[in-house]
Amino acid sequence: MTIDNKLISYLEDLSYLSLADDEKVRLTGDLEEILNYMARLKELDTENVSERSHPFDNVNAFRDDEVMASFDRQLILRNAPVEEAGMFSSPQTVGE
Amino acid sequence: MKWETVVGLEVHAELSTKSKIFCACTTEFGGEPNSHVCPVCSGMPGTLPKLNRRVVEYAVRTGLALGGKITVNSKFDRKNYFYPDLPKAYQVSQLYAPICRDAGMEIEVNGNKKVIGIREIHMEEDAGKLIHDARNNRTQMDFNRCGVPLIEIVSEPDFRSGEEVLAYLEKLRETLLYLGVCDCKMQEGSLRADVNLSVRREGEELGTRTEMKNLNSFKAIGRAIEYETERQIKILEWGGKVTQETRRWDDDKGESFGMRSKENAQDYRYFPEPDLLPLYIDDEWLQRIKDSIPELAHGKRERYQRDFGISEKEALVLTEHKNISDLFEAVSAKSGEPLEAAHLLTGEIMYLMNNANITPEFLAVDAGKLSVLINLVISGKINRNAYKETLAAVFDADVDPDEYIAKQGLKMVSDTNIVGDAVKAVLAENTEALADYRSGKEKAFGFLVGQVMKKLGGTGNPELVRKALKDSLSV
Repeated sequence: MTIDNKLISYLEDLSYLSLADDEKVRLTGDLEEILNYMARLKELDTENVSERSHPFDNVNAFRDDEVMASFDRQLILRNAPVEEAGMFSSPQTVGE
Repeated sequence: MKWETVVGLEVHAELSTKSKIFCACTTEFGGEPNSHVCPVCSGMPGTLPKLNRRVVEYAVRTGLALGGKITVNSKFDRKNYFYPDLPKAYQVSQLYAPICRDAGMEIEVNGNKKVIGIREIHMEEDAGKLIHDARNNRTQMDFNRCGVPLIEIVSEPDFRSGEEVLAYLEKLRETLLYLGVCDCKMQEGSLRADVNLSVRREGEELGTRTEMKNLNSFKAIGRAIEYETERQIKILEWGGKVTQETRRWDDDKGESFGMRSKENAQDYRYFPEPDLLPLYIDDEWLQRIKDSIPELAHGKRERYQRDFGISEKEALVLTEHKNISDLFEAVSAKSGEPLEAAHLLTGEIMYLMNNANITPEFLAVDAGKLSVLINLVISGKINRNAYKETLAAVFDADVDPDEYIAKQGLKMVSDTNIVGDAVKAVLAENTEALADYRSGKEKAFGFLVGQVMKKLGGTGNPELVRKALKDSLSV
């Protein structure tokens, strides 16, 4: 896969971000580096390694279905750039 | 050639666990916005999810009850999408190894039986609630619902009509309620359905489908299917092409609207969820879950007819909703009168519910009080009029039946002297009706009975009244 302008603009769409031109250049470099690293990993011989989805051998880490107090609401809302009536608020997300 | 509608359903059911799927916040509906939220479900960096065991058990229970194959080695995956209803920017779901596959359910429409295939059932977390405020062009977010456990039940595109879809949803709701895994309150969003619909000429390949979201009642689903079928046929008959897209149903307008193309971009870049260990369901655990499956509607229906001699029609009404059958079982056990309890619930209680516009899931009547009433009417302490009147008071205001009957003077009058006096007075006051009766008009008798009852405040012993009246008339 090559990182070109078309892919960058597709990723912008998917992630709802709009990037400045110099950011696009920087991101192209970063993504290429990540892909190169992945390509290197792919060179590893995994012929005799069974497929797995998790690095640990353990299974089933559960908790019981018990309710505990939630977080202080004001503390959570401190993460909101804008707060309205106890809710996080952003520019409208749905178009007409 | 005739057009054919092809529908597949994705049903989301919120599981009725006490706590969320990956944290200990409550799943309770409502509450102040963002008051059921913690660092895990609000997606704070550095937090780790921990799976609620009961979520797995409920999902497996559902899969088994729907005849599916349980995936013994299951796991979770990350579905990445950027939308503010999910602050983590990904939803933990199951793509590669859903907990159940190859289930199905038989439905019946107009006497025709048909099996609807269920491709898979998977577990996932619910998203938050967005409120779009048109006045200031802003969107407000309440994350209370984030992380409430869901199962998604994905059907094959096996439906050919809206009736089939509704029959399936009714039966699925009934099953989930009996399994005790979901409260199925559509008004509160605990049961939701997305409709995938396409049309084709009979016998042709599948057409391009659209997906409709935001369907919050069975009625809306029926209307949306009708609307979308007509819309697609119109496009195709005019030589156009149906666009594959997600559409939002607006029940007030009775129309669906295509969502913006950006919102349609679907590239979720799934990958195995690294923060959760894989699942393994061993034989012993599977057996325990199997054993926990309660008697379902079908079994109850047969048992009521067999053990209590209840009619098929009444048994059907009693088992259509778990709340009703639970109430029936409690009332018949307490009163020892299953037949009378069945009549009560399928008759008067249904009538009162309809009048008050109460759906079965919101029915709350005290089983003990209903049993007391049944015993009072059967033992002849009150008559049917008083029974109905007190019942309405219990239903509306949760009154104590004994107190209400005493206060309103509703105890049945079986004193022959009192009844005899009332008969005498009525005959004296209604000479015309008396003459009618004597000249052979049988109807006049009924009228006279009514007058005596009225005189006794509706509480007369009906048998005694009829007898006393007959005796007086034959003199």
